Amino acid sequence: MIVISAFASYAVPLAVGLIILCGLFRHVEVFGAFLDGAGDGMKAMFGLVPPLIGLITAVEMLKASGALETFTGFVTPAANFLRIPSGTLPLVLIRPVSGGGAVAVLNKILGDYGPDTLTGRAAAVMCGSSETTFYTVTVYYGSIKIKRLRHTVPAALAADFTAMILSSLTVRVFFPGAA
Amino acid sequence: MMNYIWAGMMLISVIFAIVNGRGREVTDALFSGSQSAVSLCITLLASMCLWGGLMKIADRAGLTRALAKIFRPLLRLLFPGLNPDGPAARAVCMNVAANMLGLGNAATPLGLEAMREFKKLSPPGDTAANHMITFVVLNTASLQILPTTVAALRQNAGSANPMEIMPAVLLSSLGALTVGMILARTLNKLTVNS
Repeated sequence: MIVISAFASYAVPLAVGLIILCGLFRHVEVFGAFLDGAGDGMKAMFGLVPPLIGLITAVEMLKASGALETFTGFVTPAANFLRIPSGTLPLVLIRPVSGGGAVAVLNKILGDYGPDTLTGRAAAVMCGSSETTFYTVTVYYGSIKIKRLRHTVPAALAADFTAMILSSLTVRVFFPGAA
Repeated sequence: MMNYIWAGMMLISVIFAIVNGRGREVTDALFSGSQSAVSLCITLLASMCLWGGLMKIADRAGLTRALAKIFRPLLRLLFPGLNPDGPAARAVCMNVAANMLGLGNAATPLGLEAMREFKKLSPPGDTAANHMITFVVLNTASLQILPTTVAALRQNAGSANPMEIMPAVLLSSLGALTVGMILARTLNKLTVNS
């Protein structure tokens, strides 16, 4: 475990070093490429601002009104049965549907429970190990006008469900003892 | 769909505010929520620009192509009968590689190109072909190697080590991907592609 977490803390600097070295080796104008990519990132982020404002406001309102608490209390037995922290359940529901919504909910969970708790870590892993399933299905099939999806959605949701169960399991294994 | 979800979230909040007598708190949340959204956007902007830039260098250095080559042997396993040198296989490999690097902007057009190529290979109609199903399920799983957005959110929340979740993310993604692929392939075989 110690070796793995040591590797994780060097992963980012090593990846960055490797990318720059590869770039120089292949005669890429690295700074120019960086600026182009950063510009693309900025454009993508600007597109995300309006949905994030709408969704984060909605999540904050759900929390302030007590609705989120009521919901979490309601589904806690199901969460306990699946051995996942009940605080992550709002994320489980929104993750397959909306990428912006997942960011909004994860941000709320990290703020409420703390990023280095079992709930905070499990939520982060859940968010990082799944995708916006319904968005992908809609865009990919919509582009070629396929309407009968057969078993696409059940198979994709089974994968999401696996990610959800595995995220709390892996966090419990990698960070034993954290509440 | 988001139409109803967002409207539902807002309306449920208002109803709960009235029932629980939390009008003031919800009003505060309405204003502070939109403000905290803007500060979160600035945090994410930094991460999106930084990683977008670094991954563009990786892309131009040929790393996407190299990753696509590594993925090629898996093609026969996941897409049996697909010509490994055809345009569909090429788009699939490049899409997977772009996803692994977190190049969302590049991955989506390549994914749509793969879908168009699959459509050319399958009988006309509006039913999903086996390869399409495998490919879409592959794309609904997370392939990104570095969970940069999640790490940025963790950093923003004051985590002592934002990237420490990376091994857990990789393991969890891999498990989910395996389940998705096995299910897609098994159901592909079991159901008739009419």
